[in-house]
Amino acid sequence: MSILGKITRRTFVIGSAAITSGVLFGVYKYKQPYPNPLEKNLAQGETALTPYVLINANGVTIIAPRAEMGQGVKTTLAALVAEELDIDVQNVRIEHGVPSNAYYNAAVLEEGVPFPPQDTSSTAQMARDFMHVPAKFFGVQVTGGSSSTVDAFEKMRMAGATAREALLLAASAKLNVAKNTLSTDNGEVISKDGQRIAYTELASLAASVELPDDVKLKPKSEWKQLGRPIPRVDMVEKCTGTATFGIDVLQKDMLYATIKVNPHLGAKCHAFDANNAANMKGVKAILPLADVGAAVVATNTWYAFKAAEKIDFDWARTEYAQSTDELFESAIAAFNEEQQDSQNRDDGDVDAVIGAAGDATIHREYRAPLLAHATMEPMNATAIMKDGQLDVWVGTQMPTYALSEAARVSGIEAQNIRIHTTYLGGGFGRRLEMDFIVYAVMVAKQLEGTPVKVTWSREEDMTHDSYRPFAVARFKGVTQGKNISALDVKVSSPSVMESQMGRLGVSLPGPDSTIVQALWDQAYTIENYRVTGYRVPMGIPVSSWRSVGASQNGFFNESMIDELAIEASADPIEMRLGLITHQPTRNVLEAVANMANWGRDVAENHGLGVALVTSFGVPVAEIVEVVNTPRGIKILNVYVAADLGIAIDSRNIDAQLISAVNFGLAGAMMGEITLLDGKVQQTNFHNYDVIRMHQAPVIHTKILENGERIRGIGEPGTPPAAPALANAIFAATGLRMREMPFNKHIQFV
Amino acid sequence: MQLNVNGTQHEVDVDEEMPLLWVLRDELNITGPKFGCGIAMCGACTVHINGQPARSCSMPVGQVSGLITTIEGLGTPDAMHEVQAAWVEHQVAQCGYCQPGQIMSAAALLQMNPNPDDEAIDHAMSANLCRCGTYPRIRAAIKAAAQNIREKSA
Repeated sequence: MSILGKITRRTFVIGSAAITSGVLFGVYKYKQPYPNPLEKNLAQGETALTPYVLINANGVTIIAPRAEMGQGVKTTLAALVAEELDIDVQNVRIEHGVPSNAYYNAAVLEEGVPFPPQDTSSTAQMARDFMHVPAKFFGVQVTGGSSSTVDAFEKMRMAGATAREALLLAASAKLNVAKNTLSTDNGEVISKDGQRIAYTELASLAASVELPDDVKLKPKSEWKQLGRPIPRVDMVEKCTGTATFGIDVLQKDMLYATIKVNPHLGAKCHAFDANNAANMKGVKAILPLADVGAAVVATNTWYAFKAAEKIDFDWARTEYAQSTDELFESAIAAFNEEQQDSQNRDDGDVDAVIGAAGDATIHREYRAPLLAHATMEPMNATAIMKDGQLDVWVGTQMPTYALSEAARVSGIEAQNIRIHTTYLGGGFGRRLEMDFIVYAVMVAKQLEGTPVKVTWSREEDMTHDSYRPFAVARFKGVTQGKNISALDVKVSSPSVMESQMGRLGVSLPGPDSTIVQALWDQAYTIENYRVTGYRVPMGIPVSSWRSVGASQNGFFNESMIDELAIEASADPIEMRLGLITHQPTRNVLEAVANMANWGRDVAENHGLGVALVTSFGVPVAEIVEVVNTPRGIKILNVYVAADLGIAIDSRNIDAQLISAVNFGLAGAMMGEITLLDGKVQQTNFHNYDVIRMHQAPVIHTKILENGERIRGIGEPGTPPAAPALANAIFAATGLRMREMPFNKHIQFV
Repeated sequence: MQLNVNGTQHEVDVDEEMPLLWVLRDELNITGPKFGCGIAMCGACTVHINGQPARSCSMPVGQVSGLITTIEGLGTPDAMHEVQAAWVEHQVAQCGYCQPGQIMSAAALLQMNPNPDDEAIDHAMSANLCRCGTYPRIRAAIKAAAQNIREKSA
């Protein structure tokens, strides 16, 4: 890990580390595949044609090695294989599979290239492709960065096509006919004379054929499953209470535990006194949790929760900011040359234009608070350590890291550990963390031979998150006619990558592009344009929160553009179009304007607001319609247009856009984590509420396919929601929201 | 004490203060009802007691009398309740964690109000959180289920 360990997921410096690793391992090594993890555990009569396709007499199994956390990835990935394998995805078994470097995510580093997503030049494209090299050597199986489909699109279709080819070769040998006389249909090979042989019958024969390396993929026009709505394979079980989330795992003679960890995040537990808890009903054991807290093991989770309340802890304190005010003071203080993290854009002469404009320069400051992920399923994991073996059942976004963390904590070698990845009751970035896995293994290690499910209370979950960073943005803008002639953008926040990678034991070289994500890389061409990121020193742990830096920066930037348009008496959409040449981005903006009938006469007290943010390569334009009622703001409609390059499943993309919009609105309307006395003050949904049914707007979506390549859609719908809402509120009320959450300044109904 | 869950009688020996949710989940291994908050603020634990929706995380088991129905008792994958069938038809679930509670609240609503308007849906469903924001499809599925039930009984 020494050199490679420094290569990080999104913030990779092209030209140094990528080339280093390329040289280090050589092209040959890069081309060499990782061993097929399925081959280790094959049963009699089973054949693993690729790491994604397992066939035995009972049927076909497809491995979909990404976390199913709501985004439908289990169905989408399996469908990629099934399309080329020529079998109905509803007729196969789909498993997540074991943690393996073979399932590394090649696309997750692409965002780190120093080229904005609108740049499709061959140099930019080469740089993106080059990121696959370190991604492979890093070997991280990760679900994040809206990258699963991007990563899988070629590779999993190729896996299906290769398997189909092997089956055709096997059938050709079996029937002693030429391969080109054979065809396939939904799980069977068909000969010219109408004989049908099920794939399952060919499995063992196919295992011995030499896999061809010149397999061709079907053209899009021949797709039977992809490109249209596919019923989600997890839908029936999720609607009947039969889906197994981590928290639902049952093991024989299992005990139930909970944990209490220092609420001063990152500080130690000096000591604890469990005398009042140890004899409570149902309590089996109270165990130290390394030096950060304690675990209560009981016969029922509720007994564990009750007893955990009765433990007296002597907590150490942290050195960092102890209050919300101090957090923002640290963000303001970071606006200095020494804490400058990046300046990815410096076009024209910003200082000269602003200097010349003098008092006409528009100065604005915006703020965003810490946010919790608050997944519906609180953190949990189940583990048993027995006879030198360890089994862990957990919903995780990073199974390969889970495996190495389980090995580190338990002292058991990785080959004797099994990580069973369950469904995730929400991820949003929270389940990229390792804490809930580490604590479960710590408990299991002290209870050798007994399976134990460790469930966090909501209070523990809410107060021990790694949060969306707080951030402050300062803009200076100069307008000329109905145009923007200069824009100076400064943003300051702690580094998600430094914090997140730090917890994985990896140090971050160079700047963190997520600090300026969705600021420097937008489609706007402004003659004098500068974007500078400043890094606040590490304090409270921060992490990826659905759409990462774009979640706050989209709000800052698109609010500022709206303010400039209004100052210039320009139409906000026309002004934006005047700054954009990238055609797919223009198209989403024009599409959303049509959907919302932008420019229409708006009823009294109603307001429309627009925002456009490109994140993870996907341009998304949203228009929010609100009405200002005597009781507060009601969000009526949200119109969304997004360009994914290629849309595999429009119904699922619609679901992801709806989800992302509501996630963004919830944060903008009411999301805020505050610190007091060094501890997070919000503990549960009564003081950290999220959007509910009566507040949820009607959401209209339109999916475009003009982009140059396929993109993922788990996150990009989130960033435009907050600014579009802020701009709509301004249109309806004249009040400008420059700080999230907006309910500090205005009521919602 | 005795509990009737989904038509089966169970004998449990727990603290009477224990919330029904934890009796179901950790004593009876009925894991459809979910733990979300423990303070009746998210609705993931919703079950029916004598047909009425109840937040099982905040209901001491000693105070429960009557028939308990969980998502598992509402319908099964092979024989889904109308509400579950509408959920599948509208492809509502994403992460799916809150959906057992959503479906139990919706089924109880339709028992009392066979033709709920938007306001009635807001009123009945606002105690159920969904972090995936599936609300628009929940609303559509409730209306579809209501129509299907009305047509069947007509």
